[in-house]
Amino acid sequence: MIQFSVTDRYDISAGRSFMTNLLSLVAGLFMIGLVFLFLGVNPFYALFKIFSGSFGSFYGFKETLTKAIPLILIGSGLTLAFRAKFWNIGAEGQLLMGAIFASWTSLFLGDHLPSYIMVPLMFLAGFTGGALWGIIPAILKIRFSINEVISTLMLNYICADFLTMLIVGPWKGSTRFGFPGTDNFPDSAILGLIPGSRIHYATFILSILCAVILCIVIYKTRFGYEARVVGENPDAGRYAGIDFLKTTLILMIISGGLAGLAGVGEVAGIHHYLGYPAAVSSGYGFTAIIVAWLAKLNPLLTLVSGIFFAGILVGGDAVQISLGLPAATVGIVNGILLICLIMGDYFLKNKITLTIAKP
Amino acid sequence: MRGISKSFHGIPANQDISFSIESGEILGLLGENGAGKTTLMNILYGLYQPDAGEIRINDAPVRIHNPLESIALGIGMVHQHFMLIQNHSVLENIALSHKDTPFFFPTVKIREKLENFSASFDFNIDLTKKIWQLSAGEQQRVEIIKALLNGADLLILDEPTSVLTPQEIKELISILKEMKAKGHMVIFISHKLDEIMDICDRVLVLQKGKIAGSALTRDTDKISLARMMVGRDVVFNIQREKIDRGNQILSVEHLNVMGDKGLPVLKDISFEVFENEIFGVAGVSGNGQRELAEAVTGIRKAESGKIRINDRDITNTSPRHIYDQGVSHVPEERIRFGIAPGLFLYDNAILKQHHLKKFSKRYFLKYKDVKDHAKNLMDDFNVSAHSIHSQIRNLSGGNIQKLILGREISEKPQLLVASHPTYGLDVGATEFMRNHLLELRKTGSAVLLFSEDLEEIFELCDRIAVIFDGEFMAILDSGDRRLNDIGLMMAGSKRI
Repeated sequence: MIQFSVTDRYDISAGRSFMTNLLSLVAGLFMIGLVFLFLGVNPFYALFKIFSGSFGSFYGFKETLTKAIPLILIGSGLTLAFRAKFWNIGAEGQLLMGAIFASWTSLFLGDHLPSYIMVPLMFLAGFTGGALWGIIPAILKIRFSINEVISTLMLNYICADFLTMLIVGPWKGSTRFGFPGTDNFPDSAILGLIPGSRIHYATFILSILCAVILCIVIYKTRFGYEARVVGENPDAGRYAGIDFLKTTLILMIISGGLAGLAGVGEVAGIHHYLGYPAAVSSGYGFTAIIVAWLAKLNPLLTLVSGIFFAGILVGGDAVQISLGLPAATVGIVNGILLICLIMGDYFLKNKITLTIAKP
Repeated sequence: MRGISKSFHGIPANQDISFSIESGEILGLLGENGAGKTTLMNILYGLYQPDAGEIRINDAPVRIHNPLESIALGIGMVHQHFMLIQNHSVLENIALSHKDTPFFFPTVKIREKLENFSASFDFNIDLTKKIWQLSAGEQQRVEIIKALLNGADLLILDEPTSVLTPQEIKELISILKEMKAKGHMVIFISHKLDEIMDICDRVLVLQKGKIAGSALTRDTDKISLARMMVGRDVVFNIQREKIDRGNQILSVEHLNVMGDKGLPVLKDISFEVFENEIFGVAGVSGNGQRELAEAVTGIRKAESGKIRINDRDITNTSPRHIYDQGVSHVPEERIRFGIAPGLFLYDNAILKQHHLKKFSKRYFLKYKDVKDHAKNLMDDFNVSAHSIHSQIRNLSGGNIQKLILGREISEKPQLLVASHPTYGLDVGATEFMRNHLLELRKTGSAVLLFSEDLEEIFELCDRIAVIFDGEFMAILDSGDRRLNDIGLMMAGSKRI
C-alpha cells in the first residue's frame, strides 16, 4: 500500500523557493501544451509563438511593456492587500471606477484646463475613484463581517454595469454615431506616448515608482509592519494594539487607488475615450492577482511577473491571429499557471514523503 | 479499562490507569487541568489509541479505533465544546449524528423516534429551533439526546457544568439522576468538589496522569479529595529575600467581565498590586484567570468596575494606551496572541513595542535597532534559533515562550501581567524565568502572576489570591497557614 505523509517544512531556502516556482511554471506550461494539443495545434509551436510574439520582436516587446503597466500598478497594490490577508478580488472594478472618475474630469473640465493641470488632476481623480471602490468592501468586512472575496467580486459587476449605463446613457458622445461610448477626450487630457510605441510614459514611470515605494512601505515602515502582523495573526494585532480598521482602510485605499491609476492610463493613454468595460480593461484586475502571487507578494518582483504576464497576453493575441485559436485561450493559459503556482506553494511549505508499505 | 498508558511526544499523559464502572453508576473523574482526565476519556471514546492496556466491555476485550465504533458499543460523549451545527435545527442536528437516519427525508423518521423518547425523559426543547437560538444548557441537552438516541449505555460528560448557569446545573443533575435510575452509566469529569460529592457515587482522582486515589463519595469528604487532587500537603518554601512593598501600582475595584459566551465570568473582583510585589492568582484554569488578564491589559471589555494604574483610570482604554502606562503582558494563549507566525524573529521581538521611539522614527521602523534588540533578547533569554532571520513558526514552543517573556520583561514594566509563564518549559528554563520574575520584583516592578502550578505560586508570590468561578475565595499572605486548604478553595468549597 502506498502511503503519503505530509509534514511542515521548516527550512525554506531561497534556492528551493526559486526551483519550486520554476517547476510549477514548467508543469503549468506542460498542461497548457496539452490544451493546445487538444485544440489540434502543435504545443511547442504555439508556445514558441506566444513568447516570440511578445518578446521576440521590438514591436512585440513594446506592446508587452504597454500591457505590463496596469499589471504592475495593480499587482503591486495587491501584494500589500494580500500580505494583510485582505483578499481583494475587486481590482477590475477599482480600475473601472478610476477610469470613470478620470473620464469625468477630462470630459467636463478638460476644455478649460491646460495639460499640466489636467493630467495630475486626472490621476488624482482616478486614484480617488479606485480608492473609494476599495474602501467599501473594507468597511463591509470590518463593521459587518462580510467576506471580502464575495463583496469585492460582486462590486466588479456593479461597477461594470454602472460604466455601461453611463456610456449608453448620459455620457454617450455626440460624435459616436449612436454607438455607446463617450466623446474623445480633449487634447489636454491625453497622456504622452514614448514615440513609436503605445507606452504612455507618465503611467510607465508611475508603475515602476509604485513598485519601489510599496516595497519600502511593506518592509521598512510601521504601517507595513502592522499590515503584515494583522495578516499573519489578527489576534496578535489586537494584543499589540494595532488599529485594525485604520490599517485595513489605508491598505485598501492604496490597493484600490493604484488600480484606479491603471484605469486612468488605459482611458487617457490608449483609448482616449470611455468605452465598454471589456474594451477599457482586458481583465487586468484579475490577471494582476496572478502577477502578485507569482511575485511572492513582493512588490518589486511584480516588475518581472507583470512583464511576464503581459507577454502572455500579447502572445495570446499573436496565437489568435496566426493560429486562429479562440481569444479565450489566453484566459485558460492564465488560469492554469495560477493554479500550478498555488499548488507549487503547497509543495514548498509541506514536505511530502511517499512510503510503500507491505500490507 | 485496565493498565491504560498514553504519552504524547514522550510526555506521559496517562500511566497505568485501571478502573471499572457498572450499570446505574455515576463515576466522578476529578483532577487538575493537565492531570489526564480528557486524554483518558478520549481513549475510551476512540479518539486516541492507548500505547498500552486494554478496554473491556461486559468482560469482553474490545479495540476502539474511532468514535463510530465506540458509539456502536454504546458509549457516548458530550465534549466541553459542543459539536453542533449552529445554523441547523435541533432535529437536523440529531438526525445528522444518528446511525439509522435514512438518506431521504432524514428528519421525518427521527422526529417520531424522538417524540417517543422525550416522553421517557424530561427534555423539553423545541425541535424546530436553530442551535444558535438555544442557551448553553439546552445545547448540552441536545448533545445528551444525541448520545442517548444512539443507544449510549455509558455517557461521558467532559466538564459539563463549566458553561451552565446554576439553574441549568440543577436541571442537568436531575437528568443524570433519571438516567441513573434507568440503568445508564455516567462518567462525570470535573474539578469542582461540590458537584462531584453531590452527583457521583464513586470518584476517581487523577494526578499527573496517574490514579491518586479512588473512593465512594459516601465514605469520603471534600478535604481528603482536595488533598488527593493537589497531591500533597502544601509545603511552604520561603527563599525569597524579604522586600517591603512600595507604592500601589494596580488597583482593581468591583470588576465585572463577560466571557466569550456572554456569561459573566468575573464577579465583583477587587484587589491591589504594589511595587516590589508578586501577586499570585491560583486556581484551576477556566475560572476567570484569562479574562482577568485580558481585562487588565485592555484586550477584553469590562462591564463595570474600575481598573487603575498609578491612580490613573485605564478601564476600557486601548491596549496600546495601557501598554504605554507601563503594563506588559505575557498572554496565556501565546501562539494565538503573542506572535505573528510567518514573520521573522526580529519582527516578533518588537510586537507591541514597534511604535516606541527607540524602534521607530516617524513612519519608518529602525530595523537596525530592531535587529540589535532581537539579538540581545536571544542572548539574554537563551532563545535558541537559527538566526534572527528565522520565521518564528519554526521555533519550538519553549523558545517562542522565552522570546515573548524576554520581550515583555526587557521593557522594565511597572506591571507585568504573566499568565502561566513557565507552562511547558523544562526545569532549567523554568528556574531561569522564575529568577527573572524575582529580579523584576527586586527592581521595583509589580507582577500579577497567574499559575496553576502551586509550587510556582508558593515559591514566588508575596500574596496569593485563590480564584474559583470568577470570584476570589481568599487573598492571603504567602505565610498564612490557612493556605493549607488551598485545594478546597480552588474547588470552591471554602471561602475565607
